[in-house]
Amino acid sequence: MRQGMKLVVLALGVAASAALALGANAKAFVGAKLIPIDGPEIDRGVLVIEDGKISAVGAEGDVSIPAGAERIDVAGKVIMPGLVDTHSHVAGGASAADGSGPIQPGVRIYDSINPRASGFKRAVAGGLTTLNVMPGSGHLCSGQTVYMKLRLAETPHTIDDIMYLNADGSPMGGLKMANGTNPQGDPPFPGTRGKAAYLVREQYIKAQEYAAAVKRATNADGTMDASKMPARDLDMEALVEVMEHKRVVHHHTHRADDIMTVLRLSKEFGFRVVLHHVSEGNRVADEIAAAGVPVSAIIVDSPGGKLEARNLLLATPGIMERAGCNVALHSDDWITDCRLFLRMAAMAHRAGMTRAGALRSLTLAGAEILDMQDRIGSLAVGKDADFAILDGDPLSAYTHVQETWCEGVRVFDRSNEQDHLYAVGGAGAGHDQEPYLCCYDHDNGVQHLNAEAN
Amino acid sequence: MGKCKAFRRAVFSAALVTGVASVAQAQDIAVRGEMVYTMAGEPIENGVVVVRDGKIAQIGTTVALPAGMRLIQAKVVTPGLIDAHSTLGLTGMLNQDQDQDQFDHASPLQPELRAIDAYNPKDELVDWVRSFGITTVHTGHAPGELMSGQTIVVKTRGNTVEEALVRDNVAVAATLSSSARKSGGKSPGTRGKMVAMLREQLIKAQEYKAKLERYEAKQASGDGDDEEGKVLASEGKAPPTRDLRLESLVDVLDGRMALLVTADRAQDIASVIRLQQEFGITVWLDSASEAHMMVDEIKASGLPVILHPTMTRAFGDHENVSMETAGKLAGAGVPVFMQSGFEGYVPKVRVVLFEAGVAAANGLGFDRALKAITIDAAKLLDVDHRVGSLEVGKDGDLALYDGDPFEYTSHCTATIIDGVVVSEGAH
Repeated sequence: MRQGMKLVVLALGVAASAALALGANAKAFVGAKLIPIDGPEIDRGVLVIEDGKISAVGAEGDVSIPAGAERIDVAGKVIMPGLVDTHSHVAGGASAADGSGPIQPGVRIYDSINPRASGFKRAVAGGLTTLNVMPGSGHLCSGQTVYMKLRLAETPHTIDDIMYLNADGSPMGGLKMANGTNPQGDPPFPGTRGKAAYLVREQYIKAQEYAAAVKRATNADGTMDASKMPARDLDMEALVEVMEHKRVVHHHTHRADDIMTVLRLSKEFGFRVVLHHVSEGNRVADEIAAAGVPVSAIIVDSPGGKLEARNLLLATPGIMERAGCNVALHSDDWITDCRLFLRMAAMAHRAGMTRAGALRSLTLAGAEILDMQDRIGSLAVGKDADFAILDGDPLSAYTHVQETWCEGVRVFDRSNEQDHLYAVGGAGAGHDQEPYLCCYDHDNGVQHLNAEAN
Repeated sequence: MGKCKAFRRAVFSAALVTGVASVAQAQDIAVRGEMVYTMAGEPIENGVVVVRDGKIAQIGTTVALPAGMRLIQAKVVTPGLIDAHSTLGLTGMLNQDQDQDQFDHASPLQPELRAIDAYNPKDELVDWVRSFGITTVHTGHAPGELMSGQTIVVKTRGNTVEEALVRDNVAVAATLSSSARKSGGKSPGTRGKMVAMLREQLIKAQEYKAKLERYEAKQASGDGDDEEGKVLASEGKAPPTRDLRLESLVDVLDGRMALLVTADRAQDIASVIRLQQEFGITVWLDSASEAHMMVDEIKASGLPVILHPTMTRAFGDHENVSMETAGKLAGAGVPVFMQSGFEGYVPKVRVVLFEAGVAAANGLGFDRALKAITIDAAKLLDVDHRVGSLEVGKDGDLALYDGDPFEYTSHCTATIIDGVVVSEGAH
């Protein structure tokens, strides 16, 4: 396993540098404005990275640069953490559940992603280093999502090369659910909102019973009584993981009443949930804040396009911020282009979100939503050396991402011709996998991805 | 002048009703900007624009304002912005069957469908785009059928299309791309068939036009009548049976309407150039995702390009789209214009200011981007006698900003159309 080998190499590297203590593997980025996210902006700062981690960060003069470190002059530039996109379909048609039923928690998008898809190259060109890649919203539950780490210095061979993996080697991810109009359809899909909630409750109750059966088959010493074990059920296993807080639910929901339905179901079955899109989050911002449930919101350039997005406001992320919600943003690529993820935060700020909140919404807020706040999301000692180097203020239209670094390795360099192609587009830059055709809607002669839809 | 010409004139006069924009609500108003981009000469620092009776009455730095005249101040003032191609007002906000009027799928060839009969001036997205300073929009039937219908130029205000209308019968919208392709044995099923069908219709229109002209010539010479002065129903002695489709295409042949052709692949762009050369008609190349691969050919053709929205998604015929194309075309001397385009889903309408902003930051530059969405677009659409720049006598259409209009974090603080403040706040 390449991933395993990498970990070994990394471990050796750490050992070697600790032994030499000369910072031979260290790089010091000197002179840039630093936006650490978890602290005030630093006008002229120093960022030191070593063996894929941040080893020092602070103002120039306050940070001692290891003697052996390579000094990189970045005066005039801006460095911020690698962006965390909590909701993406960027792999171009990767999918999980199929058209056979509305609730398929056992299906993994992990098994359908092409790690060579150009979308990932475009993502690093936008400064992104972490993605939650999700199946679409055409189901009440369309399957398991994956948390991806864009280690693209070399062309990935398998998806594991660009995955966050658990200690046991299993892929990290959440569970995608949706309500409102997108999952509605002919049976066995729900025809109404009431039916949708019923179908979801039915499956979670089944999962509670499945979990109880497993518990009954578990002996006092922790061993299993095979004769009592229920037959393995991948769908139930995933729902049990959710109820045991081993997996977070990423829930597509727009209308205020649909948002409240998600909170109700989350409370009934005790699952941890992130509210995604929340076009009418402004209307129930206090309720969301009171529930302590984080939000992954989106801004698109106009309301409408579907009934439940008719009340979409640019101001909604700011309104939720003021209500005390933990607000992240997401690109929903292809709904919006993740190369312009910084733009979304700028638009949120334009409409009233604080600058600090807008920058946090692209980074640390997303890291918290993915339970990775100890590893990514800010420029802090010990965290992964994931960052973007910009040629100007992150919220300016005229700023471009110059370089993106992931675990201490440069994965995007705008001055490189091929990387530049992915940054702006052009011949070959958009060649992703063909989308899965089950949920295409040819109405009005337009192909749009209902399944991947916002 | 023959009877036929008379009826044609009747058709055109109905069609050419220019928007008699109601100025009933217009108040005299003055706007002061720290920087006023008139788009007619150098920008004016600390400039004042006075609008009276809906028209620009005065522009300068030292203007004496009558007592009581409302004064609005802003950091940046521009002419009201112009979207060179949209489907606004036909593709309603809700995206439900009842508010989508951009296509009729009964036939791939319907150049006779008029946009004035479809435009909904009360759609909420009209208010949306104008809140960002867009005051004039070229809109109509959408790309996605071989010939989907006609387009109009409207202001983003008015209770009726008649109030909103600036120019009718602007272009026939045609499409040479995968989106116009049919399956299941229906035509057009291939690119070759698309071009064949367009050529066939234009040739039919040439023949129809020839018949009209023969008839008119006979009428003029007086030898088309029988002894009692009645027109003989034989060839050349009677007008051809009216055909709304061919009448529309005769307008294209005669240059009264442009043929707006949406094409993205390089090979389709080449087909558009070939078509223009065969028929000598006015063609506007629309969308043109692969224009960056065809710069020399497009420049040689002389065709203007109404480029795809800069943030167009890169898939299908758009997979090779680049944010730098506008800058490349403009740099090569190709006339390039900005559009919000046609969206089938979310966002239901793009905002041409935002699309121009991303182009500005990716090689087009501030000056050319602002020109593209003001005076240049006005000239292309032949409405520059009314809009597109701040000049005395032109319509009182202004957009006010609290900073660089292209900056994501700037706001449009007011939009004024025909002297009426239609939007205020911090949008």
